[in-house]
Amino acid sequence: MIENRPFVTFVSHVVLILGIVIIAFPIWVTFVAASHDAVRMTQVPLPLLPGGHFFENLVSALTKGVGNAREQSVGLMLMNSLIMALMIAVGKIAISLLSAFAIVYFRFPFRMMFFWMIFITLMLPVEVRIIPTFQVVANLGMLNNYWGLSIPLIASATATFMFRQVFLTIPDELLEAARIDGAGPMRFFKDILLPMSRTNIAALFVILFIYGWNQYLWPLLITTDKSMYTIVMGIKSMLEAAEESPEWHLIMMSSLLALLPPVMVVVFMQSLFVKGLTETEK
Amino acid sequence: MLKRVHFGPSLLPFLLVAPQIAITIVFFIWPASQALYQSLLVEDAFGLKTEFVWFQNYSELFDDELYFDTVYRTAFFSSMVAFLSMSSALLLAGMADRVIKGAKVYRTFLIWPYAVAPVVAGALWMFMFDPTLGIVAYFLHAMGSNWNFRVNGDEAMALVIFAAAWKQISYNFLFFLAGMQAIPKSLIEAAAIDGAGPGRRFWTIIFPLLSPTTFFLLVMNIVYAFFDTFGIIHAVTKGGPAKATEILVYKVYNDGFIGLDLGGSAAQSVVLMTIVIVLTVIQFRYIENKVKY
Repeated sequence: MIENRPFVTFVSHVVLILGIVIIAFPIWVTFVAASHDAVRMTQVPLPLLPGGHFFENLVSALTKGVGNAREQSVGLMLMNSLIMALMIAVGKIAISLLSAFAIVYFRFPFRMMFFWMIFITLMLPVEVRIIPTFQVVANLGMLNNYWGLSIPLIASATATFMFRQVFLTIPDELLEAARIDGAGPMRFFKDILLPMSRTNIAALFVILFIYGWNQYLWPLLITTDKSMYTIVMGIKSMLEAAEESPEWHLIMMSSLLALLPPVMVVVFMQSLFVKGLTETEK
Repeated sequence: MLKRVHFGPSLLPFLLVAPQIAITIVFFIWPASQALYQSLLVEDAFGLKTEFVWFQNYSELFDDELYFDTVYRTAFFSSMVAFLSMSSALLLAGMADRVIKGAKVYRTFLIWPYAVAPVVAGALWMFMFDPTLGIVAYFLHAMGSNWNFRVNGDEAMALVIFAAAWKQISYNFLFFLAGMQAIPKSLIEAAAIDGAGPGRRFWTIIFPLLSPTTFFLLVMNIVYAFFDTFGIIHAVTKGGPAKATEILVYKVYNDGFIGLDLGGSAAQSVVLMTIVIVLTVIQFRYIENKVKY
């Protein structure tokens, strides 16, 4: 604090609290809607205070499903999302660690060419190559399964760059020492590099989990089978059904369930999240 | 780039990069080159024969006034999203940088929208502004407006802008706050001793010193508005009413997957790819010239 200006400090608090209220308002409305029954949710104006049907709606959404996606329970969609998010996060970390290790610690032909090939993926987000990528995945028979959902998304230039950066800061003496003790490359990787990049891996995992969980366009393209729907896609199909028979209490309950896991990750692993965000985007 | 101490050539490094390179070739480089190739083809309505037409798809695209409408719309949409979310994030970060009590709590409550999926963000905002039921729409109607984003294109645009900006505030907030905390306190103190009040210190010291962060965020926000908002638009308006919210990414999807105009969609993909490449180059040049304090 530079100088004591109680009024300015007071204004700061007021602005922050107002900001939080405005930012949290959509969630509050969602929570309230998820706690009322179907009848109350058709009467205007909608309530602003929670009702008593929260757990009833929770059970109904988790086990029975909503709207168009009636055949699929929200529970199953959550499971699909979880599997997809974990596969993407773990896959990206694994292949990026290995390729960063190769590029930093080995002299081999085409090293720089490989590096630039990985770099190029940064410039080709899925949105700009929708149709040809779909054709490739269809030809490989990967529609409607977990492999098709995750593998095309796991090449990542940002993760490779981050690990490259981390490895470059690890002192050369460690490799010399490991060599003197007779460790081969993989032994060095497993016993020295992995433990030393543990926090980076954790931070990256947080970011990639959120990234994977929130994927939308890709699952939308390659899943037609409702048993493979992720929760984020499920919300979309519920919204479509809502135009005919609004079941807002269940849709909002599902939205709440869809946003809870990644939000929990951000809130409870805040320092890892901030670290991951600032390090991968550099 | 390469470690001074390193391993010599062997088969191992090839095996190590193999998974990443295989995925890159199969799912990135090959499809992108296919998009380039398809953009030079015209396929008949039944997909029976294709004809190589050189740049006809591009010339049709650039002669199409509707396409330029989409370009302007995308420019408007992304600059509004960037402006709204960056200015509110800057305000909040400025305040959060001042307060000592409760700073951590404020941060926690401001960063979580980052984790909300675009489609879910779309669902929440759509629900609040639903013309028949929405709680905010109810107040708008009570104030005499006849809000209906399903019919009125400008209102639909406003709604998707708000939803997209809302989701991006957290990201901008975190980077602005980190940028402010990196500014040496001695500079601020010196200004305070010279008699500059908080507002003046902000505009003459903090804001100029934040310009690298601001520029970085500007690029990131444009990328976000161009590509990541697909889910919001698809969930809330489907590009409607009457294409009032159709942005470039949505048009690629719509023309290619729904309209099945593969050549035209591929040409649009290539245009988008060029935009991404330009943005990436700008971003990397910025990182090289990054001002260090």
